[in-house]
Amino acid sequence: MIPDRLRSARLVALFLLGALGFNAPPLAGVSLPGTVLGLPLPYVYLFTVWALLILAIALAVRPKRGE
Amino acid sequence: MWSTGATVAIALAYVALLFFIAWRGDRQAAAGRNPLASPWIYALSLAVYCTAWTFYGSVGRAATDGYGFLPIYLGPTLACALGWVVYRKILRIAKIERLTSIADFLASRFGKSAFLGAVVAVVAVVGTVPYIALQLKAVATSFQLLLARDGPSALSYEQLSLSAAAVLALFAILFGTRSVDLTEQHAGLVLAIAFESLVKLVAFLAVGLFVVFGLYEGFGDLFARAAADPALAAMLSRQGASEGAWAWMTFLSLLAFWFLPRQFQVGIVENVDERHLSTSAWLLPLYLLVINVFVLPIALAGRMSPATAGASGDTFVLLLPLSADRAELAVLVFLGGLSAATSMVIVESLAISNMVANDLVLPVLLQRSGSVGGDFRQPLLISRRLAIVAVLLLGHLYAISAGVGASLISIGLVSFAAVAQLAPATLGGLYWAGATRRGALAGLIGGFAVWAYTLPLPSLVATGRLPASFLSEGPLGLSWLRPHALFGLDGLDPLSHSLTWSLLVNVVAFVGVSSLAAPGPVEERQARRFVDVFRYRGEVEVPVWSADAPVASLRALLSRFLGEERTERALQAWADEQGVDLDHMGQAHPELIAFAERLLAGTTGAASARVALASVAQEKTLDVGEVVELLDETSRVIAASRELAEKSQELETASAELRRVNEQLRELDRLKDDFLSTMAHELRTPLTAIRAFAEILHDNPELDTEKRSEFLRVIAKENERLSRLIHDLLDLARLEGKEERMVAEPVDLAEVVADGVAALDQLAASRGVEIEVTAPMGLPPVAGDRDRLIQVVINLVSNAVRFCPAATGHVAVSVQRRRGELLLGVEDNGPGVPPTEREAIFEKFRQIARPVSGRQAGTGLGLAITRRIVARHGGRIWVEDAAEGGALFLVSLPTRAADAPQPIPLLLGA
Repeated sequence: MIPDRLRSARLVALFLLGALGFNAPPLAGVSLPGTVLGLPLPYVYLFTVWALLILAIALAVRPKRGE
Repeated sequence: MWSTGATVAIALAYVALLFFIAWRGDRQAAAGRNPLASPWIYALSLAVYCTAWTFYGSVGRAATDGYGFLPIYLGPTLACALGWVVYRKILRIAKIERLTSIADFLASRFGKSAFLGAVVAVVAVVGTVPYIALQLKAVATSFQLLLARDGPSALSYEQLSLSAAAVLALFAILFGTRSVDLTEQHAGLVLAIAFESLVKLVAFLAVGLFVVFGLYEGFGDLFARAAADPALAAMLSRQGASEGAWAWMTFLSLLAFWFLPRQFQVGIVENVDERHLSTSAWLLPLYLLVINVFVLPIALAGRMSPATAGASGDTFVLLLPLSADRAELAVLVFLGGLSAATSMVIVESLAISNMVANDLVLPVLLQRSGSVGGDFRQPLLISRRLAIVAVLLLGHLYAISAGVGASLISIGLVSFAAVAQLAPATLGGLYWAGATRRGALAGLIGGFAVWAYTLPLPSLVATGRLPASFLSEGPLGLSWLRPHALFGLDGLDPLSHSLTWSLLVNVVAFVGVSSLAAPGPVEERQARRFVDVFRYRGEVEVPVWSADAPVASLRALLSRFLGEERTERALQAWADEQGVDLDHMGQAHPELIAFAERLLAGTTGAASARVALASVAQEKTLDVGEVVELLDETSRVIAASRELAEKSQELETASAELRRVNEQLRELDRLKDDFLSTMAHELRTPLTAIRAFAEILHDNPELDTEKRSEFLRVIAKENERLSRLIHDLLDLARLEGKEERMVAEPVDLAEVVADGVAALDQLAASRGVEIEVTAPMGLPPVAGDRDRLIQVVINLVSNAVRFCPAATGHVAVSVQRRRGELLLGVEDNGPGVPPTEREAIFEKFRQIARPVSGRQAGTGLGLAITRRIVARHGGRIWVEDAAEGGALFLVSLPTRAADAPQPIPLLLGA
């Protein structure tokens, strides 16, 4: 049961990280006119955080051996 | 460009394709190859979340609000992160209790309350009709846009909306209401939905690529041109964006993703394997990310293009390819939008119809029919089909009246906010056993009322059915009742304002009323079954039915809802599993009644199942105290039986261990016996020889001197062999016994080798064997007993000398350094040791028969003693083939000498 509990804890942590990353403090911080490689800063920020979160979720939920 | 006829034909062909896929899916499932077994199909079907709102509305929102469309997809991503934790619990409960809708879920959790189920059904219908209307509107509008370029369309908006509703109703009825059992999956329908998810993704990506790389020279070019426009530049950098509204939208869409009726349908009811959640957890968010990459670029392109000037942002996706004369792309877009809209309408109407039929219509039917009556299957199926038609008709009516003016997203968000009212009771009921039916009702009704007052009601002002003063000054001039600034909460956008108040009222009423009175007996029981589902896996069963129902009447009741054949099959399966004979059971067990109730719940919903069963079985009148006691009792029994299982497992392990040890002891005993008999034999041989020669000498005093001295020499030699044997035996006994302690002092192995070889010079010279020693200078010392190590060298080298051919014999002794140990090698050019004997020669009295001329007999204990000495030094001894065909004995000894100079007991393990 311990790996299962660990997985749950990781996923809750990812949820909280995502909720933070998608919202005011960091998001308001990048709401600026700048660009990255010609793309608007908030656009790059949001899609990057989003993609990283999906990657982290995929790693956290992958089935353990024998499941 | 496209005639009305051609466009209609394309749309109809697409719908026909959907029918075909659904039909194929059902056929495959019937043949045992269920397409739903794939986690990919599951994840794609969850993308039914993306409706026409996503397809057309996101761009509309982005055109005026920049990034404002995005939180709607960030919320579900967060929901997916929690899916394994929260959603899996809902899924597990729904499968155990055979729940088939969110209304059923809440009704069952809160004491199988028919009233609560009905309220949830009403909330769902009211909240969903505008959302369905939105889809019909999108289909009709996109159809007209496609045709409008060639003059006025032959089909009116009303006709288009109505025909879309009709075709979709037909599809939902055909593939969604075939079986009366709602827990049965609709393989074909879900397969079609998954296919539609692919179509809308491909279509949207196609138009996105066309805009970014066809109309512009890539992302950089598009964004750079947009940045030149101050208004767009401000939008792109999120200047003045409301963080509060953003956070509310994220949270709202998270709740919607879990609790929208259609999401419950595809995510819970149509799920066949819990493990699919681990695939959908990343695949669905990935889908959402990909479909959103092009939203902002398309919106910007629409805003900058002269062709779409003045048009609503909701139409950009279709207008951009049309204005560039890309007819084929426009048709693809149209089909993508059609997919998005139809998949939503089909699943949503199916989910709603189940709620309406089970939670609104069936309770009335049950009441009317009383305890006796005919077959319920037809009335149930018919009411579901009628409900589908009714919901779609309502949607159509809404689409052609009030909803037309509003943008796609604003209609959708109103629906989301209604569904969010289900969240406190659902999540609370999932984790808080103290939540009660009254609390859930209070929260739901309160929250829903505030929602109605603050969101849909003010929209009547826009259509002129309410005076504008209603908004600005409040009803009857009561300014604290202004719908967009309730109790003076001003300065928020209407959605955030409505959510703040409605969810606040909802949660406060839910928690507050729940804490006024303890839950009733049935509530208490259901609460435990839900909250502790992972601990007891549905095993916590309180007998709420007394055993006074005849099996025959139970069977008759089930047949009325399930049909005779299905009833018989289910009962037989239960009887087989329980190992009972139904035909000889007069009165039904309470467990059988509980099983029948759950079986029925899959068709009628939990609340109606309870009502129906009450007509044949008596419900026990337990008070809460008794239920709690029974629950604790069952929990204790389960815990105790688990403990017992653990204990017996432990015992089994222990007894296996004992058996193993016993086996080992027997083996040792046998070895000892063998050893004793071998030893007796070995001792007797020289003794017999000595005795025989002594007798000869005694009996024949006339023997000549030469003979006498020869016999005496034999006697002396045998005597010497005997004492050597006894010496070795004592030595071995000392080594095997626990009393012998070796001194562990730093010993120079090179010196030991030199001393050992020097002692054998005589023997080697007498046999003409050459001994060669190689030992590098400056080797680290080993920890050990010097005399014992010399014994090892002497044993190995003397063995080697003995087995070498006389005169041409060659023995090489070497010492090498290897990681953390020294390696002593003794190599000869004798006959070698065959691989099968390589382990055995180290045993006591094991000598291999080797033809050695002039062999000097050994005692057969030398190698056994050597191995024990080496083992006590923490080393290993083994034998390999030598380069010249002889034997190579290798001894490895660890060199951790200097660390432990003090004498330590080197004991041989047991």
